[in-house]
Amino acid sequence: MPLDHAADPLASVEGIVDGLGQVGYIASRRIATALYMAAHLKKPILVEGVAGVGKTELALSAARLLGLPLIRLQCYEGLDESRALYEWKYGKQLLYTQILRDHLGPALAEAPDLATAMARLQDSGDLFFSEPFLEPRPLLQALRAEGGAVLLIDEIDKSDEAFEAFLLEILSAFQVSIPEIGVVKAKIAPIVFLTSNNVRDLGDALKRRCLHLHIPLPDQALEERIVAACAPEVEARLRTALVAFVQNLRRLDLRKLPSIAETVDWARALVLLHVRTLEPALVRETLNVLLKYESDVAAAEARLDELLSARPAGGGNHARR
Amino acid sequence: MPGAESSVLEDFIRALRASDVPVSPAEAIDAHRALADVGFSDRTLVKDALAVTLAKSVEEVARLDVCFDIFFARREFTASGAEAAPTDDGDLEDMILAEDRAALANAMEAAAGAVGASDIQLSTQRGLFGRRLLDQMGLRGLEARIAALRDAEAADQRALAERLAAGRAELFVQANAFVDRQARLYAGETGRRLREQILAKQAFTAIAGEDVRAMEALVRRMARRLAQRYARRRHRAKVGKLDVRHTVRKSLTHDGVPFDIVWKQETIEKPQIVVVCDVSRSVAAAAQFLLLFLHSLKEVVQRLDAFAFSDRLVSVDDLLDDETVDDAITLILERVGFRPTDYGRALQDLFDQHGARLDRRTTVIILGDGRSNYAEPRLDLMRRLADQTRSVIWLNPEPETYWGQGDSKMDLYARFCRVAKTCNTLTGLERIIEDVLRTHLPR
Repeated sequence: MPLDHAADPLASVEGIVDGLGQVGYIASRRIATALYMAAHLKKPILVEGVAGVGKTELALSAARLLGLPLIRLQCYEGLDESRALYEWKYGKQLLYTQILRDHLGPALAEAPDLATAMARLQDSGDLFFSEPFLEPRPLLQALRAEGGAVLLIDEIDKSDEAFEAFLLEILSAFQVSIPEIGVVKAKIAPIVFLTSNNVRDLGDALKRRCLHLHIPLPDQALEERIVAACAPEVEARLRTALVAFVQNLRRLDLRKLPSIAETVDWARALVLLHVRTLEPALVRETLNVLLKYESDVAAAEARLDELLSARPAGGGNHARR
Repeated sequence: MPGAESSVLEDFIRALRASDVPVSPAEAIDAHRALADVGFSDRTLVKDALAVTLAKSVEEVARLDVCFDIFFARREFTASGAEAAPTDDGDLEDMILAEDRAALANAMEAAAGAVGASDIQLSTQRGLFGRRLLDQMGLRGLEARIAALRDAEAADQRALAERLAAGRAELFVQANAFVDRQARLYAGETGRRLREQILAKQAFTAIAGEDVRAMEALVRRMARRLAQRYARRRHRAKVGKLDVRHTVRKSLTHDGVPFDIVWKQETIEKPQIVVVCDVSRSVAAAAQFLLLFLHSLKEVVQRLDAFAFSDRLVSVDDLLDDETVDDAITLILERVGFRPTDYGRALQDLFDQHGARLDRRTTVIILGDGRSNYAEPRLDLMRRLADQTRSVIWLNPEPETYWGQGDSKMDLYARFCRVAKTCNTLTGLERIIEDVLRTHLPR
């Protein structure tokens, strides 16, 4: 997406709110402040919040806003540095070894003594652990990106504690030590987002190195703006009604509350169905877009009329900052 | 950043620490840098910047928001008030007569700085700090002046005295409100922490009333802390010992060249714990907390079998798993509680119900007073238990001098236990459970 910002988009908090708005992300002031601080203090942001509230989307939008490449590392249990940082290209090394083997015989035969032969062998050995054989993985890519990058470390809470500890060097100094090559230091510190769904408590050491941002579920007004940005085809009246319905739904005691992603999906579904007003029958049919558990759907169906008629609580239940 | 603003931020960070938002020096530096960047002009921006740099969880953000609102409710935002001129007696009188509230507020702020009002630790110190604050503002001079004026002949002087007295009363109210805010900012957490410390060291039997709630929270935190610490490592590489089998298998993909070297690992076994809890009349008070601790521990330790007994023994695993803590405790006490104890019978029941699973990896923790109402203590079963399991740990709420007196068979049972200790406080309980968990991790 072309950007016509003559000035630095990160120059002020208002600028960030506007800029993110232009790339389709409606941000609250606190979100924008977090991004502003991350850029100016050169610290990673730890983004927390329930699933579907826009944590990953924030990183994607920030990359679009800044015109930087987004490098994404999805965390999972058992993720280790060979998949996150770098790996040697074993296949290529092996292939080169085979080729070298044919040439090595004559070369070593000419050597006058064992010491010289060893030295020659040593030289070619070192070659195998050099740049051409290095396979950079997301973290190394982000550090070596010319002109900076946005690094998204997604769902850090799913990784092991060992990996979390391994990240500390990268997150605090934006550098990493590779035994065979040395220290790789970022020329331009990448903007780092870590996201967490609170599957487990993160270590204090990691939290201390990050700015903390919690994205709450939005209030009526903010959610309407988000729906307007993500599904512009929805008419204003329908938009208000559907957001109010979701807001009411969130006040029920459900297993999984619908978050922004579900609201937007639902809005898009309603557009596809050419809906103009929320009819109970239609809502009942499309509830499965919003609610992911059978028990939740049943609970909502039982109180559908009430949910449709009740007005939202003035948008004050989730104070936006 | 100018000095005054910087000192305001320092004060705010101290208030944050007092409201249980731990702020490290590094974070404090970040906050300074952040504020130097955004300035003090926009209240929301300052709040957001502080929230992003200082808080580290949702709860901490909420606490910071509250703390911010209290803290800056009384302060001029740009902190110019901190630099108010020092006052003397004459000023105080003039300010009261002129009803200059702003000047009085400034004077109070300055006096607060001079007496160190933000050092307040406990809410009970409010009176002391209020008095110091007023003294610093020149209250004594004012009182002498009022007394002198009241003794005077002239009516207008006596009227002046009354005006000053009214002003003084107003000043008391203001000072009290001020100190209250200080206490809420700086003393709230210290007071709570102090109470928890005392609770943790108090005998179970002596805890009553509203302290029970505080105790529950404390128990739950301790159990979680223990579980987190011990759940950490399950594998440990024995560095230096090559796992030939795995290395060869991995090297097959590389034409037999061993690129991936695999080291031998040892799996650390999780301890298997059997807890047997006495809930009879003699230990009823302690039993409640023991069950509470058990419930919390059960949530976080998977391999824990729990039993409760008085005259007979029942498994309480299902209750602890399915019910909320209050219901579980009530149900357990209903089922087996408050009857005369029979340790011999309980041991027999334990072998009947659970005997097959008592092996060398099991640690048995018995919580009880060892008072068997003169029934057969079945020391033979106790010996068998000690032989069959890894260790038996007996925690007795009674002090050691009582063991063996009256119907207590504790002195006999104690011989078969690896650890037999008096344990009637939460701290003691935590220490012993931690020992159990730790000694099970090899080396």
